[in-house]
Amino acid sequence: MYKIAKENLSALFQLIADNQELYLPVKSAGQTNFAAWSKEAEVDLDTLKTVKSAKDAFFPQSEGLYTVKKEGKKMSIEPESLKEQDFVVFGMKACDVKGLEVLDNVFLSDPVDTFYAARRDHGTIVAMACHEPEETCFCKVFGIDAANPASDVAVWTVGEDLYWKALTEKGEALTETVKELFADDEAGEAAVDAEKEAIHNIVEKLPYMNLSLEGWNGNALSEKFDSPIWEELYKPCLACGTCTFVCPTCQCYDIKDYTAGNSVSRYRCWDSCMYSDFTMMAHGNNRTSQMQRFRQRFMHKLVYYPANNDGMYSCVGCGRCVEKCPQALNIVKVVKAFQNQGGEK
Amino acid sequence: MQAIINRAKELLADGTVARVLGWKAGDLPYNPEPAYFETEEELKDFVYNGFCGANLSKYMIEASKLEGKTMVCLKPCDTYSFNQLLKEHRVDRDKAYIVGVGCKGKLDIERIKKQGIKGIESIEGAEISDEAETLKIQTIYGEKTLPYADAMLERCHVCKGKEHMVFDEQIGESKETKDAERFDEVAKIEAMSPEEKFAFFQSELSKCIRCNACRNACPACSCRKCVFDSNKFDSSQKANADSFEEKMFHIIRAFHVAGRCTDCGECSRVCPQGIPLHLFNRKFIKDIDELYGEYQAGEDTDSKAPLTNYTFEDAEPSIVGKRG
Amino acid sequence: MPLENKEFKPKIVAFCCNWCSYAGADLAGSSRLTYPADVKIIRVPCSCRVNPMFILRAFEKGADGVIMCGCHPGDCHYSTGNYYARRRMTLLFSMLDYIGVENGRTRVEWVSAAEGVKFSDTMNSFVEKIYSLGENVRLGDLRCKQ
Repeated sequence: MYKIAKENLSALFQLIADNQELYLPVKSAGQTNFAAWSKEAEVDLDTLKTVKSAKDAFFPQSEGLYTVKKEGKKMSIEPESLKEQDFVVFGMKACDVKGLEVLDNVFLSDPVDTFYAARRDHGTIVAMACHEPEETCFCKVFGIDAANPASDVAVWTVGEDLYWKALTEKGEALTETVKELFADDEAGEAAVDAEKEAIHNIVEKLPYMNLSLEGWNGNALSEKFDSPIWEELYKPCLACGTCTFVCPTCQCYDIKDYTAGNSVSRYRCWDSCMYSDFTMMAHGNNRTSQMQRFRQRFMHKLVYYPANNDGMYSCVGCGRCVEKCPQALNIVKVVKAFQNQGGEK
Repeated sequence: MQAIINRAKELLADGTVARVLGWKAGDLPYNPEPAYFETEEELKDFVYNGFCGANLSKYMIEASKLEGKTMVCLKPCDTYSFNQLLKEHRVDRDKAYIVGVGCKGKLDIERIKKQGIKGIESIEGAEISDEAETLKIQTIYGEKTLPYADAMLERCHVCKGKEHMVFDEQIGESKETKDAERFDEVAKIEAMSPEEKFAFFQSELSKCIRCNACRNACPACSCRKCVFDSNKFDSSQKANADSFEEKMFHIIRAFHVAGRCTDCGECSRVCPQGIPLHLFNRKFIKDIDELYGEYQAGEDTDSKAPLTNYTFEDAEPSIVGKRG
Repeated sequence: MPLENKEFKPKIVAFCCNWCSYAGADLAGSSRLTYPADVKIIRVPCSCRVNPMFILRAFEKGADGVIMCGCHPGDCHYSTGNYYARRRMTLLFSMLDYIGVENGRTRVEWVSAAEGVKFSDTMNSFVEKIYSLGENVRLGDLRCKQ
């Protein structure tokens, strides 16, 4: 267990950034999001939830795939290169880390998404235990321990100090490069244990933490799909993509072309099942109403994904959609609505 | 609130309306959602408090297509939007029974949380009947208090007034909340140097995640299909591909609603990244007021909108450089 | 400035209405009046056909300046088109100014079919202005600049 005072963190960030890219929560124009570290950046480790999750570091909202260029009568295709430098993402939370596991199941299974795989190979995750979880959190529902993030390095804040513990080989390697800034603190275990207990105590008190997902599994397809409840639930939905864009596990993307004079770049960008052009094909769209689109999101998270991934849900309870939905709809309300009407089916 | 529920029950019972459009209590102290109620039984979940910020007039576009009348609860500012939709023939007046509900300023949960309040268990003082000037917020990290005005949405600080522009009946008292001038922020930006202006908008708009919440919540954005959703058009629609695209999207969106925007403030309320989108709309409103005479969209249903109108003496576009 | 900035070749888009300004450009041509080749004319049926998106798109794809020409107010082939266009462009230009785009990159000029001289003078002065402002860096799409 290593220890570093909070006031020395900028030295730590500088040292990490000397060798590799560093992404961490940065406050800009009033909002905290993951961004590349720089000396001028206003690092914000106090905000529990960044607006967007750390998904961007591994699966950016838009990324180039290749560019077709035309010079005279010659055409050339230049594929976008894969990530080759190592980088560190500092300050993810236990739920965000679990979110990557959800993405791994999708992008690292055959056929492997090489762009994502390269980023996963080169990225080292330093995750922080959630010092003060909030009422919108429900990570415990998915078996996530907010006090013990399953990352390469786990970090706990206790008073004015940060405790650092490497959990994987990658984590050990990163620790080696920055060790000079740390103090060895064997007594730290006790302080960290107290912090963990405090976190667990708070988690017990949070309203969403004991949400029951009973009945939501890969076998519940027709029962949930055909439920009349969706007709009621979707109505306030504006069909914006906020929930999907702030979500750490939403992984759908679209591929688009951009014409820039004498070149065309093909890029991919996050898509949202809430949009009317989602999965649009030559014959039109297979989900023609907002009810169907709304249903798709929750069915995917709680039924389709578990059906294909040994029962694992593709929600990690980070609560970003709970906070950000303009009309206060969210996955928790959906689950509760099914619970309340379960008897009347 | 009880008065609204009672009236809703009466209207449902005597068949005047087929459904009620209002807000349903959420599962946290601050997250009521817009909802339809069709029976007296369902109305037990009806709520109207400081967190009912959503402008329900846009839902009336869909509700106008339903069988029977809909009783809709509109706050004073929402009635401007309804009028504007009426003017554009997007809603049917005969399908709406408008209950103008009182308003004493709507609360902004983001703003509350920005002041370091987290782990919220209960909030006292947000009820419409409360006379309290402060919110008492119980959190798992202790009790906090906050002046009501410090928790209000930006739009309520520059409220257009608590008078309903269109209604069938009014229920509930309102309280004046205006304590700032509507165009102050715009004027502040106008006074900046081009470099400062550019830096300001660059930093705000670079947060945009292209979720389209501003557009979808906007009562003036009522096109059946948005030009930015067209797949015959290489705009990056839903990708934050280049900072220019964000600018273009927000300028064009504001332009498209120029002269029709009632300044209801939904765009800024719903933005997950807290971008002050009203600054675009208000700039157009300010310019229209200054160049073509004061105009408030949604105040009436028959005046000509500034951009579908002209005079022979209109200012030339070169005035932009001359105004300084 | 133009001398120091010899490398800079501005791209300028001119939207000209079919009935007056395009004919004005024609007259400028047949009268052998000159204006810089940096100006690319796009003919539109009426100045009010110019959607604000056209202007922004032009900037996106690399234009350094955009000018719109139409019939003189009162002379519109469709009676009132340019009155509407006038309001739209005023508001749009004001918005561009508001977000920090240098003033002068956009202009509206009324040019009749008989004003070949005015057309060439306008274009000359506009091109000069763009030379003095330099490359448009604030409104372009980076992807078009690679």
